[in-house]
Amino acid sequence: MSPEQAAGTAPARFEPPVGVEGAAFWEATRERRLLVQWCTSCDRGVFYPRVFCPHCAAGADALEWRTASGRATVYAAVVEHRPEAAGANFSGGKPYCVALVDLEEGVRMLTNVVGCPPDDVRSGMPVTVAWELLSDGRQLPLFEPGQMAS
Amino acid sequence: MTGMDRSLRGAAAIVGVADDVSPTGELDRFGRELEVAMVLDALADAGLSLSDVDGVCHPESAVAFAEYLGVHPTFVESTMTGGSSYEVHVEHAAAAIAAGVCDVVVSVYAATPRSDRTQGRRREWRRPTGPNPMAEWDMPYGLRTPMGPYALAAARHMHEFGTTSEQLAQIAVSTRQWAALNPRARYRDLIDIDDVLASPLQVSPLHLLDCCLVTDGAGAFVMTSAERARTLAKPPVFVLGAATCTDHMVIGQMPDLTTTPGAVSGPRAFEMAGMEPGDVDVLMGYDSFTITALLHLEDLGFCKKGEGGPFVADGHLGPGGSLPMNTNGGGLSFTHPGMYGMFLITEAARQLRGEGGARQVAGANVAVAHGSGMFLSVMSTAVLGTEATL
Repeated sequence: MSPEQAAGTAPARFEPPVGVEGAAFWEATRERRLLVQWCTSCDRGVFYPRVFCPHCAAGADALEWRTASGRATVYAAVVEHRPEAAGANFSGGKPYCVALVDLEEGVRMLTNVVGCPPDDVRSGMPVTVAWELLSDGRQLPLFEPGQMAS
Repeated sequence: MTGMDRSLRGAAAIVGVADDVSPTGELDRFGRELEVAMVLDALADAGLSLSDVDGVCHPESAVAFAEYLGVHPTFVESTMTGGSSYEVHVEHAAAAIAAGVCDVVVSVYAATPRSDRTQGRRREWRRPTGPNPMAEWDMPYGLRTPMGPYALAAARHMHEFGTTSEQLAQIAVSTRQWAALNPRARYRDLIDIDDVLASPLQVSPLHLLDCCLVTDGAGAFVMTSAERARTLAKPPVFVLGAATCTDHMVIGQMPDLTTTPGAVSGPRAFEMAGMEPGDVDVLMGYDSFTITALLHLEDLGFCKKGEGGPFVADGHLGPGGSLPMNTNGGGLSFTHPGMYGMFLITEAARQLRGEGGARQVAGANVAVAHGSGMFLSVMSTAVLGTEATL
């Protein structure tokens, strides 16, 4: 346990650093908006954000940000049964689900599926974005079962 | 892929090997002392000496290690692809030798994670200097490494193909049967499928016994030209084909969780060798996890995509089976210090020399060392053979 954890001041989550390419994404999360970087040259989503399009090699000028629907489908899901071994303390020590989800916009991201028992999460399950407040006002995108907006 | 250049086929050979492991999982040497010992042992095995060495491979710094050895190589190779680094070194060393860049190449590995912990030795970790994709997009979600990404692959394979935990467990069971024949293996007691399924879930669907060990371990190999190899102490182990492919670093970028880049490196290596999976006598397929080995079987062409589960359940892989796999006991039961690929090569060489003892596969002429690095990210395949295969 780190001194910060002992003092109860450590965030429950590992809080993601902000890279140059991801700055706009993280700013939008403050308003609970899920952005996807989009290549206007080949008309495909790009994730994780980059300074060029990895599909067609178009430059930064071809990239823009679009607001995602927040709807996704679980591609693969697993349950961490030993949170302490993963160094994760956001689940209160209980097993939690980590999943790769495919956004409607065609990009795949890692996330946690919450709002149901972790063992219930299956490939092919529809999920929708949910948010968890980080210590600096950013919000971390999570997903929960169902198609309804959170 | 057509018309592939086969100029590397048989141009170079592994002529010396060494490794050091212990059933306790711990070694009493570490760091450079252990690395140097491995290099000298491998050279002695070949009947060569340090003064013969003009090529050095080391996945951290070949330059720093060459300096420590006091050699002045014309070929330095520091490619670091995780566990498959040593198969990549075989490929690159064979190419360098064939091109005349150098003549005698050593590659070395030593890691002692277990005794580092028990002895309180501090390891120096190289940390990213700033934001990086894994920290920004993966780490907040608590996906434990290394097993988390492999668990995702297993979950997806189960979803697409109906693969079961029992089938994955069979890989651990068959591998342990080999370990039982190896007096240097960490674990030798036979297990059954129920033992695997009863072991604690780590990241589901992977149980503890689906996961590789954490042990100390070290090894080295020496390579030289085919011509010189025939003048040395041991029967040469020729490099017949070698190929590498990577298609992602972090797991979210893997195009298809059920197909690794081994589906590229494997066929390329076989084509260079002029061989097919059916020609293989011994498969050393990196078993960081049971799912890793299952994916190799499919991607290398030993069975069709999606049929790995039924294939392993048929018991092909253990002693007496049609496809002896991981005859030393593998990363699951023999040793796994972190980058296990070195031991794929030392065991393949010993099998092809007929030095396998109780676990010797009779008449083994062709072995494949298939390394897996990072998070199913980098696959490197070396097809190795005896003189009879040339």
